[in-house]
Amino acid sequence: MDIKEIIKPENLVYKKTGLMTDNPLSYCPGCGHGTAHRLLMEVVDELGIVEDTIGVAPVGCSVLAYDFMNVDMQGAAHGRAPAVATGIKRCWPDKYVFTYQGDGDLAAIGTAETIHACNRGENITIIFINNGIYGMTGGQMAPTTLPGMRTTTSPYGREVEMMGNPLKITELIAQLPGVHYVTRHAVHTPRAVRKTKKAIFKAFEVQKEKKGLSFIEIVSNCNSGWKMEPVASNIWMEDNMFPFYELGDIKIDGQLVTK
Amino acid sequence: MKELRLMKGNEAIAEGAIRAGADAYFGYPITPQSEVMEYLMMEKPHERTGMVILQAESEVASINMLYGAAGTGKRVMTSSSSPGISLMQEGISYMAGAELPCVLVNVVRGGPGLGTIQPSQSDYFQTTKGGGHGDYRLLTLAPAYVQEMYDFAALGFELAFKYRTPVMIQADGLIGQMMEKVEIGDQAARFTEFDQSWATTGKKGRERNIITSLDLDPARQEQHNIHLQAKYADIVKAEVRFEEIQTEDAEYLFVAYGSSARISQKAMQLARAKGIKVGLFRPITLWPFPTEQIDAISKRVKGILTVEQSAGQMIEDVKLASQCRVQVEHFGRMGGMVPSPEEVLEALEQKLIGG
Amino acid sequence: MAKFRGAIVVDTEHCKGCGVCVPACPSQVIGLAEEVNSKGYHYSFMANPEACTGCANCSIVCPDGVITVYKVKLEV
Repeated sequence: MDIKEIIKPENLVYKKTGLMTDNPLSYCPGCGHGTAHRLLMEVVDELGIVEDTIGVAPVGCSVLAYDFMNVDMQGAAHGRAPAVATGIKRCWPDKYVFTYQGDGDLAAIGTAETIHACNRGENITIIFINNGIYGMTGGQMAPTTLPGMRTTTSPYGREVEMMGNPLKITELIAQLPGVHYVTRHAVHTPRAVRKTKKAIFKAFEVQKEKKGLSFIEIVSNCNSGWKMEPVASNIWMEDNMFPFYELGDIKIDGQLVTK
Repeated sequence: MKELRLMKGNEAIAEGAIRAGADAYFGYPITPQSEVMEYLMMEKPHERTGMVILQAESEVASINMLYGAAGTGKRVMTSSSSPGISLMQEGISYMAGAELPCVLVNVVRGGPGLGTIQPSQSDYFQTTKGGGHGDYRLLTLAPAYVQEMYDFAALGFELAFKYRTPVMIQADGLIGQMMEKVEIGDQAARFTEFDQSWATTGKKGRERNIITSLDLDPARQEQHNIHLQAKYADIVKAEVRFEEIQTEDAEYLFVAYGSSARISQKAMQLARAKGIKVGLFRPITLWPFPTEQIDAISKRVKGILTVEQSAGQMIEDVKLASQCRVQVEHFGRMGGMVPSPEEVLEALEQKLIGG
Repeated sequence: MAKFRGAIVVDTEHCKGCGVCVPACPSQVIGLAEEVNSKGYHYSFMANPEACTGCANCSIVCPDGVITVYKVKLEV
């Protein structure tokens, strides 16, 4: 069968959602941010809630998220996205509000805003991209950098005694009563992508039902910061990040998952 | 007949915000302004008008909640006192950059640092000369009466939306804490219908809206700055507010705002009783500063005494306005000390009249 | 049993040649081109088009959303 006979509109099974703009993504080749953006927009698209969705972009690599996500968005100051989202949601309780934040933004400078928005049970969705490094500023140590991991500010590897421990903020947040749904996923394989998308769907459902805050961590790669090829970085992530940041549900329907 | 109430300044501004149809208040307790949120919580404006009230985890969070809510086109307010306002500076700069309307209230206390909880006016530089980073100006109203605390809430929202810019109501601990009678106005409607063309309310029947202060392209960022400066020039042209008391025949002039203006008014009466013709000029907007008006008066007086509860901050603007035409001196107390009218008169006599 | 034939169309100009799609393909269809696009990236392409089943795995892991997938059901 000729390829031309296959490539016809009626045979289309997958194309980029229209809720992603045509602006070329500013992310490095192979970076999981693009996939995470697209999944989020696919969910908004498929739920038919674009007219009622307001997103909040962070400071970090995804500071320009609003260049790519074709929905109403606000750019927050570094770490303050959960407070900005709180302000939006409190005034518009029937709108869907999400934040999209990296590990430096959410788990270092914005820890207070993150924990308090979660603890108040703000009825929002937080998408947390954890790649264990500050990508935007050129690969410095993040609160989530693994012990021994090399970054430009831990050039001989993270020494826990001197630099402190990596922060599992997702597990911490799961303890808070205002948080309804907490889960950790990845976007580097087709299977991981499908699971993440399901989780994002669930998070927006939780928001629709006004049950409290949903928190989705996506463990992702930073091949530039980690100084690896994209595919190699995904393998390194499986071997090193996943044992520490274990994938799976942490809290469902307000109940901690016992493993 | 209008309703009269005996109120604290902090209560008056809270009631003023409700009556002005405010949509939301986000704040964090700090002396000497905690009564603002206490009053709001007692009044349950969420039941009275649907106004949202939330106690945030910090001033940093409150200003960013303001940013988010203001970005959806809502009438939003916060209040704090000096150390808390310092924490908000980042957010204020972002709101100025993103052109978000809001009303900020600073019930100033003595500094620097944790300083004291007593009244002061030592945040003049911070408010009028920037505070946060970048080229922005903060439209600043300085109430001297509890009635103005009430009135300026509505005026603040009006100006904030007219120019899509943050507006500061810069009071001091004295105005915040003292009680006076207040004429209460009617309840204004909350924003149910408003211009949503720029606000992030969900992309419906239009292209998406983006609220941000970021533009990485320097040429576009410069254009944005030029636009902001043009707006500030419009504000300077149209929004200067001031009060003159007995300046017509004055040989000497007090320039003072807020509670210092009240003290100086008494000092003026004491001076006039002694035959010294003193007038009082009270800037109501600290930015834009009444430069032209002070320039004009400086041509016909022998000397100017600025009275501030600070080491002398506004005096710089008074000197610039009067172009060194006459002697300009400062008298002030610091660290939460409030000057007496007698001290002000004595300073006038010693510094300007010559003993 | 139903058999599927598929095909992908890569927006070669916006492909960054990261190669994440290559191991995602269960049928080893995709390769990276020897040629480069205007940004200098070796964009992905169907090196083995006959094997494509249109499963869309490549497109859902593509960070840049540059892969469009088509699929037809073949009667055997």
